[in-house]
Amino acid sequence: MRAGGEAMNAPGYFLAHIWLIPMFPLISAAAMLFFGRLMSKEAVNLFCVGSVLLSFLHALGAMLTLFARPAEMRFYQEIFFQWVTPGAMPTGAGMVNFVADWGYLLDPLSCVMVIVVTFVGFLIHVYSIGYMAHEGGYYRFFGYLNLFMFSMLTLVLANNLLLLFVGWEGVGLCSYLLIGFYFLKKSASDAGKKAFLVNRIGDAGFLLGLMLVSTTFGTVRFTTQGLSDPSGYSGILQTLGGMMAQHQFVYGAPIFTAIGLLLFVGATGKSAQIPLYVWLPDAMEGPTPVSALIHAATMVTAGVYMVARMSAIYQLAPVALDVIAIVGTTTAIFAATMAMVQTDIKKVLAYSTVSQLGYMFMALGVGAFAAGVFHLMTHAFFKALLFLGAGSVIHSLSGEQDIRKMGGLRYAIPATSVPFMIATLAIAGIPPLSGFFSKDEILGHAFNRHLMMDRYFALWAVGLITAGLTAFYMFRLLFEVFYGMSRVPIEIEGHIHESPKTMTVPLVILAFFSIVSGWLALPVLWGEESPFQRFLEPSLRGVETDTSRIMFAHHGLLVEVALMGSSVLLAGLGFYLAHKLYIENPKLHGQIAAAWPRLHDLLVHKYYVDEIYDALFVNRIKDLSTALGLFDSKFIDGLGVDGTGWVTLFFSRISMWWDKWIVDGLVNLLGWFPRFLSMPVRMFQTGVFSTYAVFILIGLAILLGYYGHHVQTFVRSMH
Amino acid sequence: MLDSIVFYFFASIAVISAMLMITRRNAIHSAVFLITTLLSTAGIFLQLRAEFLFIAQIILYVGGIMVLFIFVIMLVRLDVPLPQIRSPLRQRIAVFVAVIVFAEAAYIVWKAHAMQGQGILIPTAAPADKLPPNTEDLARSLFGMYLLPFEIASVLLLVAMIGAVVMAKKRTNTP
Amino acid sequence: MMPIGHYLILSLALLLIGAAGVITRRNVIIVLMSIELILNAVNINLVAFSRYYGDVAGQVFALFIIADAAAEAAVGLGIMIAFFRNRETVLADEMDLLKW
Repeated sequence: MRAGGEAMNAPGYFLAHIWLIPMFPLISAAAMLFFGRLMSKEAVNLFCVGSVLLSFLHALGAMLTLFARPAEMRFYQEIFFQWVTPGAMPTGAGMVNFVADWGYLLDPLSCVMVIVVTFVGFLIHVYSIGYMAHEGGYYRFFGYLNLFMFSMLTLVLANNLLLLFVGWEGVGLCSYLLIGFYFLKKSASDAGKKAFLVNRIGDAGFLLGLMLVSTTFGTVRFTTQGLSDPSGYSGILQTLGGMMAQHQFVYGAPIFTAIGLLLFVGATGKSAQIPLYVWLPDAMEGPTPVSALIHAATMVTAGVYMVARMSAIYQLAPVALDVIAIVGTTTAIFAATMAMVQTDIKKVLAYSTVSQLGYMFMALGVGAFAAGVFHLMTHAFFKALLFLGAGSVIHSLSGEQDIRKMGGLRYAIPATSVPFMIATLAIAGIPPLSGFFSKDEILGHAFNRHLMMDRYFALWAVGLITAGLTAFYMFRLLFEVFYGMSRVPIEIEGHIHESPKTMTVPLVILAFFSIVSGWLALPVLWGEESPFQRFLEPSLRGVETDTSRIMFAHHGLLVEVALMGSSVLLAGLGFYLAHKLYIENPKLHGQIAAAWPRLHDLLVHKYYVDEIYDALFVNRIKDLSTALGLFDSKFIDGLGVDGTGWVTLFFSRISMWWDKWIVDGLVNLLGWFPRFLSMPVRMFQTGVFSTYAVFILIGLAILLGYYGHHVQTFVRSMH
Repeated sequence: MLDSIVFYFFASIAVISAMLMITRRNAIHSAVFLITTLLSTAGIFLQLRAEFLFIAQIILYVGGIMVLFIFVIMLVRLDVPLPQIRSPLRQRIAVFVAVIVFAEAAYIVWKAHAMQGQGILIPTAAPADKLPPNTEDLARSLFGMYLLPFEIASVLLLVAMIGAVVMAKKRTNTP
Repeated sequence: MMPIGHYLILSLALLLIGAAGVITRRNVIIVLMSIELILNAVNINLVAFSRYYGDVAGQVFALFIIADAAAEAAVGLGIMIAFFRNRETVLADEMDLLKW
């Protein structure tokens, strides 16, 4: 290595201290755990928000350090300690010494994620200072939030799948804790439980995928790139490359499909896709900042990140990618239809999130990994903005969340309504805001796939329709809340006030990025690869095969413009419909709902999916639990415990009988015996002395008779 | 010759009155027959040249003890004839055993008699005129060698006297 | 001289008669009198041997026995009177306090 190259590759402060990024929020979370009760609100703010700020600054520094390097060198990996060392293990790669370590990897992909997480996280922390100011459990909230930050950062910075899973579980836990933050409310604690349990189901699939990865490749480390001394370590990428080179596996091998699908099961749970999305709408029970951070910007994107991270394998498993694309697209339109009829401001946004995540998975499924991550980033900005804005509206209306009781608020709370409007435009895909660029990238790649494979037209078509639906329900939301006649109840109307600066300033910042962040993809307009994609490419480069190149082919400019125009057209259609139904003729939507009551009911009741799940799974498991409980109480308790008691009593009765009749009987017999023997002897004790005299006389007679004849001899000898 | 006649005379009276004594229902009758028995015994004593004892027997036994007995009998109102003795079994046993013992002892004596001059029956009595004067002899022995028993006997009599008084005293107030 | 055996037989007979009286009679006074008879029989025995051995100790002993009999009769009658005062009975059969 030349000296210049070495200097360029010197870690520098930020990379060497990359471990601080997750550590700051962990320290403040621990501080909250031990001392939070004693701290004042200001101290809590200082600790928790300050730690996230520090993390963001370090992340920024790390990113800049990485930028300074040439594209190929933008990897930094550091292993802190060996964590799991079970030893020799037979794998697809032969007998290996399996090792999993605790280490962090910074490459373009994780860099993007870290920036998004810390930046949006920081803004949301600032927002929470204002939002949670009057709530109880202030320090607990920030403690959980920081714990979440730690887990999420561990997840994105992890250098191996096992550590990623640790973060995966951690964010699931924090999600449970934060959704059920108002744990005294039954619906909130139920929602927390639901989230955790549904997540867990997905995690089962993830674990199976993890195990399959470890046995196939003999390692769970993603890559050995970025290590200062890669000898002695193995990575999935490298091992995979070796296997493909030796033709151990081929493109489309079942093992890759299996791994891909199993890992994706985990992603459906975490990122709320069909069939495990049911927890996300219920998760709106948590405080609004939680919904913004976890369920819009960060946690739900973990699934997307994971698939992107494992792109090397997914690129070799076309079946898995197809499944992902279909699931994503279906989820997108499915959730969009439900968002159209929701009346709770947060629920609309929740279904919107599910729908947008579907878009991200659609992108991943057609092989456009970078596009998916790009949409992840832009979505983080405008969805967080939408949630925070909704929180601001709720705060202003002293807790009202039903949009039927809102309206005409844009003059009352302009600081909230303007950013909200900007976010709505962004999510609807109106150029030149960010949402347009990211969504268009996805649709473009979907159409591209269709062109290449001459299938998958439906994917693109459905995506397009969903874009229209997205515009419709978002503008519906905007109009219902901020425009039109005020339907706010009188008692609240007098108290409408703008939210404090700590809440509105993050809104403005996020609005800025909602506008600007899309411009990273501007070069696509004139047919080049977007800088974003170029940046990400080293992370997403898979193993070279002939067929994998197909994914990244481009189409012509004319097609590009036509596609863009079509998506804008549908967005405009959605806008127009929403305007017609909610501004021009407000009664119209009610009439339409009345005209098709069954369809309306179906949508309002969310296709009765929750009820179906309850009937199929939840209640069946509850029945099983009841049955087992009955088994326990009747059989085990009855037979075992009570039975043991009965047996013991039975034996004790036998012992008692034995003791009473046999043992005591023997004793009594022993007592009776002498009495029996002495009975005749007792007869002599008459107490009447004449009887005794008789005996004396009889004795005398006997003595005389016995010794009588001796008398003479005796006396004779005397002389 | 005369000896034998006197002996048999007194002996038969003694035995017969004794037997009568134990069979009478009336206690006074029994007492009277005991008196006759004691008198005959006194006669035996005399025949055995025990003059002092002869007198002592009459004065003490008959004149003292039997008078006492008759006093008590009359005090306790026992002159009323009592019902016939119950428990004939005891009676028969008593008689039977007594007869057995008598038979055994008599046999022994008879056997010993066969060996006259040996064993316990060696000595023959000294002739009567050769005997020392009985009272003098008795006194000499009594106040000589047997002084201690004599004194003890007097203590005994004292104790008995006190005891009898205590016994027969009427208890006026019992605790 | 008479052989001593005669006196012994006489003494024995009186003793046994007295013993039979002790055993048989229910009336305690008669029993006490029978006891006197027994003592008397013993006296005859003692005096007989005293005569035949020429030792006056026998007679001394007999004298003591008479004294003792007197004492005993006095005390016994005293006891009997005390008993009679309590129990109103002179029947030996009913004086069974020593019964088990």
